[in-house]
Amino acid sequence: MYAQLVKTAGTGVKTREEMSDEERNFQDRVDRDEKIEPKDWMPDDYRATLIRQIGQHAHSEIVGQLPEGNWITRAPTLERKAILLAKVQDEAGHGLYLYCAAETLGVTRDELTEELLSGRMKYSSIFNYPTLNWADIGAVGWLVDGAAIMNQVPLQRTSYGPYSRAMIRICKEESFHQRQGYDIMMKMAQGSDAQRRMAQDALNRFWYPSLMMFGPSDKDSVHSAQSLAWKIKIDTNDELRQRFVDQTVPQAKYLGLTIPDENLKWNEERGAHDFSEPDWAEFFNVIKGKGPCNVDRMDARVAAWEDGAWVRDGLLAHARKKSATRTAAE
Amino acid sequence: MADQNALFEFLLRMGDNSLILGHRVSEWCGHSPVLEEDIALANTALDLIGQTQFWLGLAGEVEGKGRTADDLAFLRDAWDFRNVLLCELPNGDFGQTLMRQFLYDAWSSIMLGRLMTSSDARVAEIAAKASKEVAYHVERSGDTVVGLGDGTEESHARMQAALDYLWPYVGEMFDSDEVDAAMVKAGIAPDPASLREEYDALVAKVLGQATLTIPTDTFHHKGGRTGYMHTEHLGHLLTQMQWLQRAYPGATW
Repeated sequence: MYAQLVKTAGTGVKTREEMSDEERNFQDRVDRDEKIEPKDWMPDDYRATLIRQIGQHAHSEIVGQLPEGNWITRAPTLERKAILLAKVQDEAGHGLYLYCAAETLGVTRDELTEELLSGRMKYSSIFNYPTLNWADIGAVGWLVDGAAIMNQVPLQRTSYGPYSRAMIRICKEESFHQRQGYDIMMKMAQGSDAQRRMAQDALNRFWYPSLMMFGPSDKDSVHSAQSLAWKIKIDTNDELRQRFVDQTVPQAKYLGLTIPDENLKWNEERGAHDFSEPDWAEFFNVIKGKGPCNVDRMDARVAAWEDGAWVRDGLLAHARKKSATRTAAE
Repeated sequence: MADQNALFEFLLRMGDNSLILGHRVSEWCGHSPVLEEDIALANTALDLIGQTQFWLGLAGEVEGKGRTADDLAFLRDAWDFRNVLLCELPNGDFGQTLMRQFLYDAWSSIMLGRLMTSSDARVAEIAAKASKEVAYHVERSGDTVVGLGDGTEESHARMQAALDYLWPYVGEMFDSDEVDAAMVKAGIAPDPASLREEYDALVAKVLGQATLTIPTDTFHHKGGRTGYMHTEHLGHLLTQMQWLQRAYPGATW
């Protein structure tokens, strides 16, 4: 998912007896699947957790432009270039909806941006991996967007109204992204030896980082239990990961590509695939800033922000002059 | 019937302008000063690449040698490109990119308006579609040039520097040669020189609002639209853009 290791604020799920009247009333509304809207009363911890989660999701969309942007100038055909531009444009748009959703909780986009640039807020670990060959653009659509959809489809039913509505719009576009990714993989898998090699290489490098997108197992986490009770998390990380593996295995087979996991096999009894866990030590390293691209990604974002300061200042100054002229004329 | 070689050249000029400028704009992806600009720049690049597909697609048809738009984009070397030099100049800072965009959009909006009455229905059809997009581009790039020109002292200075750098590349868009003469004769396209008055009026209006000063020197660089002498920048752009097609000849993507 695009929001990983979001620390749920608070100390865990309260019993009905421990809740105040306001909290009970709030939980009842959530349980009845009513949407919570910006002006409604909500627990402070619910608000704080949502800001972290939506903010991290928004940041992921923004940083996520970089690995794909890395191939826009090298896209092999005009059509592929146009599709990739449209996709990256969508992602910036997703960032915009999500920042707007976060703003309804009382935090500004500039505040969230500062949190990202100072390293206090994170973005998805997946965007700290490089895109090295053209098939990586296919793999990002197929696996990374596929994993994101797996998480975001249930979030369309999340309890917070603006977040839920943003997810509904985003999911429509993400499914187009995943299809275009798979389409690239098909072309590559059916192409020349070199193209098949690119496709397999992309799958080898993106498989485990994609599994990491769901975050470490949280089945025993009290924090996750609270997020589940608030319906800002709908499934556990393990449930989503399993669903992703079960969906992806036949797709890889259809492509004639090999998932890099010797332990991957169908488990008749569970009705699901057994598979190897990703290297969680690597995951925590990436979260701590030691992924292959962390430094470059942040440098790029910081440079964009700092180099653009004069543009933002200039446009703001002009807008103020205009409104002053208007006021004077009135 | 119009001279097919001249028509082919004309179509390359149109398509290469949008291809090379679209490529340049796409280099901004993920690096612009504010999220709305990332979206707007990607959208502009996308429109330009879309226009390229039409112009170069038609160019390939007119040429009649079975070359597709992709063949023309990815398998020609610098000397065969026919874009004006303005389009291939580096992005520079955001101000330079937006000033280049405005100077081009202003020309493009006028050119496409004229091409909508082209005697060649295919040209008129592409122009009709593209002119809707470019009407929006010129409004947006014009507004941004005004906002930054008439913004802070720093933004004003940067926009004036961008204009001073780019202005000597504006004149090439209005040069005429025998290709243009053939297009005029066949009623396909106007003489570029005939667009200059309308262009100067539009540009003077916007740059005036932007409190910027148009350089008085009338000298201009040329060599892009004839292919005689591009800048050094084009070759580098092509090494990136064409890399996959060159490294893996014959592959389908």
